[in-house]
Amino acid sequence: MANVTLTINGQKVTVPSGIMVLEAAEMCGYSVPTFCHEKDLTAPGACRICVVEIKGWRNLPPSCVTAVAKGMEVETESPKVIEARKTILELMVANHPLDCMTCEKSGSCKLQDYAYRYQVTSPTPYEGEKKQFAVDDSNPYIYRDPNKCILCGKCVAICKAVADRNVIDYAFRGFNTKIATFMDTELKDSACVYCNRCVSICPVGALSDRNMMGKGRTWDFTREEVTCTFCDSGCKFDVNYKNGKVVGVTAKNPSAGRPLCLKGRLGTEFMKNADRTDLPLINKDGEFVEVSWEEALGIAPIVEKINALKK
Amino acid sequence: MADNVTLTINGRKVTVQAGITVLEAAQQNGIDIPTFCHDPELSKPGACRICVVEIKGWRNLPPSCVTAVTEGMEVETESEAVVEARRTILDLLLANHPQDCMTCQKFGDCRLADYAYRYGLRKTTFIGEQTNVPVDESSAVITRDVNKCILCGKCVRVCAEIVGRNVVDFVSRGFTTIVSPALEMGLGEKEAGCVNCGSCVAVCPVGALTEKNMQGIARPWEVEKVKTTCPYCGCGCNFDLNVKDGKVVGVTSNPTSAVNGRHLCVKGRFGYDFIHSSDRLTLPLIKKGGKDGDFVEVSWDEAIRYVASRLKEIKEENGSEAMGILSSARCTNEENYLMNKLARVALGTNNIDHCARL
Amino acid sequence: MTNSIGEISECDYLFVIGSNTTETHPIISLQMRKAVSRGAKLVVVDPRKTEIAELADVHVPLRPGANIPLLNTMCNVIIAEGLYDKEFVANRTEGFEELKLAVENFTPENYTGIIGVPAETIREIARGYAKAGSAAIFYTMGITQHTSGTNNVLAVANLAMLTGQIGKPSSGVNPLRGQNNVQGACDMGALPNVFPGYQGVAVPENVEKFTKAWGVPQSAKAGLTVGEMMDAAHHGDMKAMYILGENPMLSDPDITHVQQALENLEFLVVQDIFLTETAMLADVVLPGASFAEKDGTFSNTERRVQRVRKAIEPLAGKADWEVISEVLTALGYPHEYGSASEIFDEAARVTPQYAGISYARLEEKGLQWPCPNTEHPGTIYLHDGKFSRGLGKFTGVDFEPPAELPDEEYPFVLNTGRRLYHYHTGTMTRRTKGLNTIYSEESIEINPADACKLGISDGELVKVSSRRGSISVKAQVTDMIQQGMVFTSFHFAEAPVNFLTNSARDSICKIPELKVAAVKVEKVS
Ligand code: SF4
Ligand code: SF4
Ligand code: SF4
Ligand code: SF4
Ligand code: SF4
Ligand code: SF4
Ligand code: FES
Ligand code: FES
Repeated sequence: MANVTLTINGQKVTVPSGIMVLEAAEMCGYSVPTFCHEKDLTAPGACRICVVEIKGWRNLPPSCVTAVAKGMEVETESPKVIEARKTILELMVANHPLDCMTCEKSGSCKLQDYAYRYQVTSPTPYEGEKKQFAVDDSNPYIYRDPNKCILCGKCVAICKAVADRNVIDYAFRGFNTKIATFMDTELKDSACVYCNRCVSICPVGALSDRNMMGKGRTWDFTREEVTCTFCDSGCKFDVNYKNGKVVGVTAKNPSAGRPLCLKGRLGTEFMKNADRTDLPLINKDGEFVEVSWEEALGIAPIVEKINALKK
Repeated sequence: MADNVTLTINGRKVTVQAGITVLEAAQQNGIDIPTFCHDPELSKPGACRICVVEIKGWRNLPPSCVTAVTEGMEVETESEAVVEARRTILDLLLANHPQDCMTCQKFGDCRLADYAYRYGLRKTTFIGEQTNVPVDESSAVITRDVNKCILCGKCVRVCAEIVGRNVVDFVSRGFTTIVSPALEMGLGEKEAGCVNCGSCVAVCPVGALTEKNMQGIARPWEVEKVKTTCPYCGCGCNFDLNVKDGKVVGVTSNPTSAVNGRHLCVKGRFGYDFIHSSDRLTLPLIKKGGKDGDFVEVSWDEAIRYVASRLKEIKEENGSEAMGILSSARCTNEENYLMNKLARVALGTNNIDHCARL
Repeated sequence: MTNSIGEISECDYLFVIGSNTTETHPIISLQMRKAVSRGAKLVVVDPRKTEIAELADVHVPLRPGANIPLLNTMCNVIIAEGLYDKEFVANRTEGFEELKLAVENFTPENYTGIIGVPAETIREIARGYAKAGSAAIFYTMGITQHTSGTNNVLAVANLAMLTGQIGKPSSGVNPLRGQNNVQGACDMGALPNVFPGYQGVAVPENVEKFTKAWGVPQSAKAGLTVGEMMDAAHHGDMKAMYILGENPMLSDPDITHVQQALENLEFLVVQDIFLTETAMLADVVLPGASFAEKDGTFSNTERRVQRVRKAIEPLAGKADWEVISEVLTALGYPHEYGSASEIFDEAARVTPQYAGISYARLEEKGLQWPCPNTEHPGTIYLHDGKFSRGLGKFTGVDFEPPAELPDEEYPFVLNTGRRLYHYHTGTMTRRTKGLNTIYSEESIEINPADACKLGISDGELVKVSSRRGSISVKAQVTDMIQQGMVFTSFHFAEAPVNFLTNSARDSICKIPELKVAAVKVEKVS
């Protein structure tokens, strides 16, 4: 592939042509904030937090959808860029529940990280009405708090990326826009299969793994990546440890590939989390009921084998 | 043994030294009881009550930090009543606390946030008046946000009892009380008498007192801590260098330090910026064109070869006595030892000294 | 220090002479405060009314250089009143008669003038010190930076031995080291007259030992001290110098002389983290690494060897120990070390005080030398039951006034020192935003009466000159300082006070008299 040479923050760099300014900047070690961009999955250029300044351009283009060009002079943290990012963040923070104190996402939340990085604190100049959506705590696997959603759309894209999962989408308009299931039902009454792909990609605390809630802060955990062995898709999960003990298994962001499924996650949990005492819950006729591990995994013989192996 | 007592904590029989507090007994046995106002180095006001426990036969819930163990005591540290009491205390504190964790410098290492999470207190149920005092940025090194203060009094006590300064104290302001220098001066005002030692920052359990230079630079969970020895005076204080992305971004106390515990002076705690100063030399320089010539950047190899060849030449021509070494009271023992060898082994002279006399 | 920092708070009587402890050793001053709040007596001897002096039960505002009169009169009183520790003097010391004779004429009445307190106060201090359960003396450069520096130190020792206030917990003689690793630099042989571990070069066995250990014949001739090297360079006898991490162009007395000396060298190498005033004069400058960029150890003032741990990669790619070993190798003496710990182990093998120390043993709290073997727990206080030389020797010392006294032309005594917010020549602290914001400008302290006479107001720029040079600096009018005296620090390149100071040196230990120089102060109009 041909290369192009451009300047980023005063440094001359040569990168493959055709890539986006965002990628080029990252290759040079500059961290450019992003909310809606996810490589190979989305490129909507919607959130604009990734804007940069390019010499000779009139506006500040989003770097995630702007291709590099020869001789381009890019600034990723110029005063104008910082100003723009601050305004975007201020608008978000103004309409955000200030829940970081106990929010499960705290410590790995992009909104929090960027607010800290650009020192955007409440009250912002844009205080006004805040969203008052009901939270969805209808099921044992995903806790949805639409009030924390920044409408980046990544959950929608990642759900769609697996055939016949197309559970959520944008709904309503304007101030009331939210991500909703078909007919805006609770997740329990939707076609959701609790693969938690959406949870794994959400940049903020709008989607949380129900199973991990109250068990520790993100910075308390160390993670071990494991590959699921229940089918040959090779999905990846994180086993989360706190003080050396397994706390729970969570889905790892699969981007476009790897389907992930509840069975795989539960199975991994079953193998890795010896301390887990509660039984899995399965949606039967609209209600979640406790079932045996064998039933949940649909694999009584395999479980027997695992148990035998463990001994 | 007469000096020991046996009691039960959370159903477990433990034997501890007589005279210690229930809190200490629990801590010695790996049981974590929350505390705000208690500090092992300071006097004990028993004021905040977050450390309450339930003791069989007692009518009230006593604060464990000021309750001595007795033989046969039966203690519960997380009973329903205890949890209820702690939740109420936290609820009241949150009622008058800014919702600032998103960008608060203390977040990640803040006891109020930690306990709120631990006891699942997502929102306060009280609606009350909030303290609203401008953030005090008058100090060059400490940010003081009274609105986040939970009035535990540790800064007051550390400044009075350890630092001997009495810079801050409780001040009544009509309905509320705040902790402040006299006359509500800024901490940075000369008359406040603060020596910027930061001991108060080290003991503050919340984000009311924080290191100014770390603001916006690094969060507690992002840094790697490396314990080391201070490069300034001869006291030999230890502290943790906070490192993020290969850069030193701060200094925090390390309580295991032999000489100083958590206490440092302003130089040790806030004197690290020079490390990444833009004036730092990163390449060897050789002066080309005689004494009045200009410095030219060269590679390490070239510089070391040149130094060695010139030293060798001069020594051969003028003898060892024409050579001199000044080592450094600022460098390590290992480096001084090598400089001593450079003089005595390679240059063959005892002409080595350093600035001990200055 | 013969004692440890941790012992200070248990001390009953603290005698602090020539140390501005709260500013120069803040953490040690916390321990002193602890002792005072426990009820200990604190006596501070300092020409300036420093913060620690304000805290004291008795402040002795002696004239700069009048240390010996005070120490000798105290001995005089103690002997006259029979307060000395007869058993200690009999069993552990020699030369008592010599001391007795030397202090005979030092009656308090004869010296109250320069000591600055009434005779009865001197007596009380002497009595208190002698009778205290545990008394400790603390001093810094206020004692040593004089032409009489060696004698001052001897006079301190006399006082401690006379009363048996040494070699016990919380009781001893405690020089507080100014820089982080002065102790270690001395321990490791960065001195002209001793090999590592204070093993004298004049002792044939030592020469033999190191010749064998290093495989290169060692010289028994003591080398030159810093000041003497500068003189030799000035004369042209010294041709090449290698300076590591020091900035004599600001820190040494009489800068003009230093500059001429360094310029006169044929070859100068400076290894430093910044292009300092000294590095500017070099032929080659090698970039140094800061403490955050390397592994190693520092030895603090209480002889505690502690780890320095590498937190980040060296900005210039190499730690100083790597650079020095490469220079050694290039000079034909191969020195290849895999880590700083290997160098330490080699040093410990030839340094008896460090013999039992290794990095593994330093992990948590470090170790205090002497630590002669790997089982030894380290030494909290020195001279327990025995002095290193066997019997402690009294040495009678007489009072010699400072080399340069104020006269009509230069009527003020200039005293120099340090400030809390800065360090040494300021290369580090001046580049630290917080510190430089709090204390951004140096000034010279002058008494209100003197200022009034000269018509100088607070904050006004003044010219201060000595026989060697002059600087201009802002005046700070304060009664912290006594009449006839001015004080400033050497941290600021903008006010390089060492242009003024006197390089006259103590004849034995060669410390320059930085504490006393005669100057004049003039209004700049
Ligand atoms: S859990 Fe899976 S199926 Fe359910 S909404 Fe999220 S991505 Fe879609
Ligand atoms: S729920 Fe999360 S991933 Fe989905 S749109 Fe909102 S913020 Fe984005
Ligand atoms: S989603 Fe992020 S910003 Fe919002 S409350 Fe949670 S952690 Fe804070
Ligand atoms: S920084 Fe030190 S002196 Fe200042 S208020 Fe805090 S504890 Fe007191
Ligand atoms: S500032 Fe911090 S340490 Fe001081 S009283 Fe408030 S919460 Fe406690
Ligand atoms: S002090 Fe603690 S609770 Fe308060 S805002 Fe900061 S992190 Fe949150
Ligand atoms: S990340 Fe580029 S526009 Fe959202
Ligand atoms: S910690 Fe016990 S009362 Fe505050």
